[in-house]
Amino acid sequence: MHGVFDIIGPVMIGPSSSHTAGAVRLGLMARKVLGGPASRAGILLAGSFAQTYRGHGTDKALIAGVLGMQPDDERIRDSLSIAKEQGLEFAFQKTDIPGAHPNTAEFHLTSFNQNSAVVRGASVGGGNIIITKINDYDVEITGRYPAIVAIQHDQPGVIMNITSILGMGGLNIAFMHVSRKNRGEEAMTILELDEEPLPGIVDAIKNIDGISQAFSIPAIG
Amino acid sequence: MKSFHNIAELLRLASERQLPVHEIVLTVESEQKQRSKEELIEEMRNNWHVMHDSVKTGLKEGICSVSGLTGGDAPKLYRHQLTGFLGQAAVSAAAFAVAASEVNASMGRIVACPTAGSCGILPAVLTEAYEQGCSEDDITMSLFTAAGIGMVIDENASIAGASGGCQAECGSAAGMAAAALAEIGGGTPEQIGHAAALAIKNLLGLACDPVAGLVEVPCVKRNGFVAVHAMLAADMALAGVKSVIPVDEVIEAMDRIGKAMPRDIKETAEGGLAATKTGRALQKQIYG
Repeated sequence: MHGVFDIIGPVMIGPSSSHTAGAVRLGLMARKVLGGPASRAGILLAGSFAQTYRGHGTDKALIAGVLGMQPDDERIRDSLSIAKEQGLEFAFQKTDIPGAHPNTAEFHLTSFNQNSAVVRGASVGGGNIIITKINDYDVEITGRYPAIVAIQHDQPGVIMNITSILGMGGLNIAFMHVSRKNRGEEAMTILELDEEPLPGIVDAIKNIDGISQAFSIPAIG
Repeated sequence: MKSFHNIAELLRLASERQLPVHEIVLTVESEQKQRSKEELIEEMRNNWHVMHDSVKTGLKEGICSVSGLTGGDAPKLYRHQLTGFLGQAAVSAAAFAVAASEVNASMGRIVACPTAGSCGILPAVLTEAYEQGCSEDDITMSLFTAAGIGMVIDENASIAGASGGCQAECGSAAGMAAAALAEIGGGTPEQIGHAAALAIKNLLGLACDPVAGLVEVPCVKRNGFVAVHAMLAADMALAGVKSVIPVDEVIEAMDRIGKAMPRDIKETAEGGLAATKTGRALQKQIYG
């Protein structure tokens, strides 16, 4: 169940909570997964986003999020020109994603040092969002809880090591989801926590044998 | 305290403990989020200030949306408040709602309540209550009651126009605003439930068909209409009028209707007013 300030809130720049504020948050999530500023952003839009993105300023909002702006930032209306100043090239494309929520966007981001990330998510009303895909993995992250995402080799003991680091850090796991491509290949673990982890925790997880990448996504809103 | 999943549970908790509805919502939120009540009240007071500022900003001359479709109607309506058929309270409340909505359409700062498309309704009825002498403390607390109603609608139906049409946005806001006013007006938990039910019931099936897909036509003026609608629902409930259909069943009906509504009137700008001759012409004019 959503909280009080998901309903009376967020404080945001108009005109549409799902097409502007939710879109900024989707962009912020994509930036988090990339781990920093993007030099290129290809954004696919589905459903209502594809139909109405220009009128609601959804394009400005998605890019504002990728630039790291918050939903109440009054620079959102100028984000497309700010993107150009900051060296971010972007393109939007309408698409059809079968079964996707009506307000869905898929980000294909490249960083200045050529890292890349694919993030798909939907704006589900009132500025709230859900992330449904990170790179090759189907996920379900709402941003309501701080999360740690780890990509690892599918082998025994990795998750035990992650959870013991969290346990020693006094962090309680609210939700946990593990998925893999094939047995013994790459796998992804998503941990939604009750408190924000300190940066040292994520670094400790990165150093676990078998982990190739780990990053945290702070709770938003 | 256990969380509530329908409005009957919320109202029963209030009645049994002889506490105001807002106190139940506040307590549940405080326990769920592990945040102090004082901190939550402060954040809500800040949201009220943003709401009130959005109304005041919108009453000034010169507001205009990016598309040019809306702006400037709020001060016109506000000047008309003493000469209108409806009387000062209703006309000024409508002007307040149009004001906040025009600020939203011009990419200004507002509070989504529950959404940006419906961001004028709660600020308008509460600004009207404030002008009539209601304290800022009471207004702040009534927003927790409004939130409780919205949380249940969000869980059992929807607050997104893309999922449930405008009934999900302005309909939900009307229910929330009516409940807040009923509480401010001294209503019992039961009356608060009836106020929400009466307000939502009369907006069931409302299409979300904005011209050119913008949160402007008919949204901005609709906020004005719905603010008055919410005030009438609150007055009916405070007068002792009851909704024959209980509020939770009204919300179930809202969910079923939202699912049955065709896609072209759920925020896609493909049907309804968006598909009229004038609507299409404006769309072409805006997008070239």
